[in-house]
Amino acid sequence: MSDFTSSFWPMFITVIALGGILGCALLLWLSSKIKVASSRDDNTSGHVWDENIREMNNPLPRWWVWMFILTIVFSLFYLVAYPGLGSYAGKLGWTEVNQYEKEVATANKALEPLYARFVAMKAEDLASDKEARAIGERLFMNNCAQCHGSDAKGSRGFPNLTDNDWLYGGSPEKILETITGGRIGMMPPMAAVVGTEEDVKNVANYVLSLSGSMNDSGRAGLGKEKFTACAACHGPEGKGNQDIGAPNLTDNIWLHGAGEAAIIKRVNEGKTNQMPAWGEKFTPAQLQVLAAYVWGLSNNK
Amino acid sequence: MNEVPAAKKAEKAISTKEVVISLYKAQEKVYPRSVSGFFTKWRWVIIWLTQLFFYGMPWIQLGQRQALLFDLEARRFYIFNLVLYPQDLIYLTAILIISALSLFLFTAIAGRLWCGYACPQTVYTEIFLWIERKIEGDRAARMKLDTGAMTGSKLFKKASKQFVWIIFALWTGFTFVGYFTPIRELSQSVLSLSLGPWETFWVLFYGFATYGNAGYMREQVCKYMCPYARFQSAMFDDDTLIVTYDEARGEPRGGRSRKVDSESLKLGSCIDCNLCVQVCPTGIDIRKGLQYECIGCGACADVCDTVMDKMGYPRGLVKYSTQHAVTNNWTRSQMLQRIVRPRVLIYAAILSSLVVGLLLSLWFRTPFRVDVVRDRGVMARLSDDGKLENVYRLQIMNGTEATQHYRLSATGLKDLEIEAEDRDKDKNDVEDMKFSHSIMVKPAESRWLIVDLKIPDGSVESGSHKIQFEIEAVESKEKITEKSVFLVPR
Repeated sequence: MSDFTSSFWPMFITVIALGGILGCALLLWLSSKIKVASSRDDNTSGHVWDENIREMNNPLPRWWVWMFILTIVFSLFYLVAYPGLGSYAGKLGWTEVNQYEKEVATANKALEPLYARFVAMKAEDLASDKEARAIGERLFMNNCAQCHGSDAKGSRGFPNLTDNDWLYGGSPEKILETITGGRIGMMPPMAAVVGTEEDVKNVANYVLSLSGSMNDSGRAGLGKEKFTACAACHGPEGKGNQDIGAPNLTDNIWLHGAGEAAIIKRVNEGKTNQMPAWGEKFTPAQLQVLAAYVWGLSNNK
Repeated sequence: MNEVPAAKKAEKAISTKEVVISLYKAQEKVYPRSVSGFFTKWRWVIIWLTQLFFYGMPWIQLGQRQALLFDLEARRFYIFNLVLYPQDLIYLTAILIISALSLFLFTAIAGRLWCGYACPQTVYTEIFLWIERKIEGDRAARMKLDTGAMTGSKLFKKASKQFVWIIFALWTGFTFVGYFTPIRELSQSVLSLSLGPWETFWVLFYGFATYGNAGYMREQVCKYMCPYARFQSAMFDDDTLIVTYDEARGEPRGGRSRKVDSESLKLGSCIDCNLCVQVCPTGIDIRKGLQYECIGCGACADVCDTVMDKMGYPRGLVKYSTQHAVTNNWTRSQMLQRIVRPRVLIYAAILSSLVVGLLLSLWFRTPFRVDVVRDRGVMARLSDDGKLENVYRLQIMNGTEATQHYRLSATGLKDLEIEAEDRDKDKNDVEDMKFSHSIMVKPAESRWLIVDLKIPDGSVESGSHKIQFEIEAVESKEKITEKSVFLVPR
């Protein structure tokens, strides 16, 4: 790294850039004239190769030279205006980052009138507004579909957004909060609290019984007692707690896999699952339209 | 190596004094003299036709829109009834290949027809020259004006020429932009002075390019910038029709009175009036033979014919002819028979097959397109009803200017179910609801559609299975089949 922060390199680049330009100018000047014998009137330069190959003087037009000079002048102005000479920042103060930011700001400004209508609307109305939905769909396709799927039905580890089952709440406000700030869902490994391996298996069967899934009712009965360890988050009835993102265990929707084995794994190992925050990427109006679109996926009928 | 080459020795002897010469030369202004005749007439006919097309075409409407419009912002090209998407770029390729081959063919038959008659560079130069001539007069008057002192009348002439040139150039720039922005709206915004920054730039830029190239650069563009002149010799052969000077008949040249018999003077037909040089737009002397500067406009042939008429000599001292015809003294029909030769036939065969291919492909073109993109994030998943699901996005592009409905089906696996929901379906729209289970796409729009495919879990072995989507346009009954894969995890 020190190679690139040392003051040698900016100097090196400056010397090469200016030297190159100077070299071009010098070459142009030196090669614009030649000496020939005055007695020649055959329009050759007087150079002879291989005994009899002579060089005709086919002069370039002079405006061509002016174009060369123009590029040299241009490059000097360019180097004053833009960062080209080592660490010199240029008179215009241009950087890639501020150009990008300017372009984003311009684009957002251009989009503002389009979104102006939506800002005042309620999510319920936005979800049934054709235009808002089309924009929401495009935002979803480009940003959310990579994980939640193009049809928003998710897959293992990525919640289905169309089934009206919500980890953190399904009101438009809650969805907006989730998209803006992201979520980190964390279940600690519970095996030590639950007890022995047998106890874990029993609890797993009890959890399965909550949703009426296939289970060993004997083990489920034994597991019920141990479920108190889980109830702190999932609630005494296993209905979950949307304030902390604890899933409802009674609805037969399994984000990390259904069946006894999958549940035992979760109890033993716990699970941390994260949705990134999107607040930085979108304008507030875009977030609002996107949240309404997601809400509409399970509330559009 | 001990011997000094003879040439070097001679060199030494001559080069007693040396002078410095510049390797760059100032542009020598060419003052083409006005000319009339067969080729000039044809030249103007072609100029009128091409320019009527160029300046008139954008104003022609087809229904509610401009008949020919390249809408770069919306990425749609409207060519009369045809609506092209960026995906149709292959047609542009075909048109470019056809243009190149046409150039080869025409060049092989009759030299630089393109340069002389259709190239914007020479056409606009001719138009600008015409303006110049109307205001400043013909060759001699212009030369006198340029060398003379700046007087009131000179200033007036120069200023009015500039004024007309600039107006014409701006109009050209405006027309050019009119192919990319609807020209009627464009003219409104010009009148209300509310032209956008890019439109302003392009009108001025194209206008400036026209003004600079046709007003000042002129033959310099042909001589120093255009590559075509440089490889003309690769496309010419001894049977190519070119503007030629009949040296055998013309030489030895020399001035003479009309009354004197040229036979007795032992002179050829060329009276050395130099008119062929004066009319030449690139300022060359055709009597030196074929040169790369010659744009094949035929001005020298026209002017020489008028001179021959005056002298009472037969026409055609400078004429369209071939190398073979000149050296072998062929008759006109002998010369024209040689047009049919392998080179020309091969060019013509390739060219016509490409043109036929392009027309056929346009004729059989389905006016919609479909792209299938399989969801990459998710391999496959089990749905609530225990079926194995893959998710796809279909982009349906409607290439017509009417609302279209499309029906989907998928084949390739046993018990393959398709689930595609048109969330935008408007239940109040009677027209829309007539087409049940279909996807509506608005005129010249494209839309994404999410499609789920399902098979019973465990019905096929794991791996990648080829499937096809079939999309049928309800209105036109035309079908497109697109391939994709269905993944079954282990």
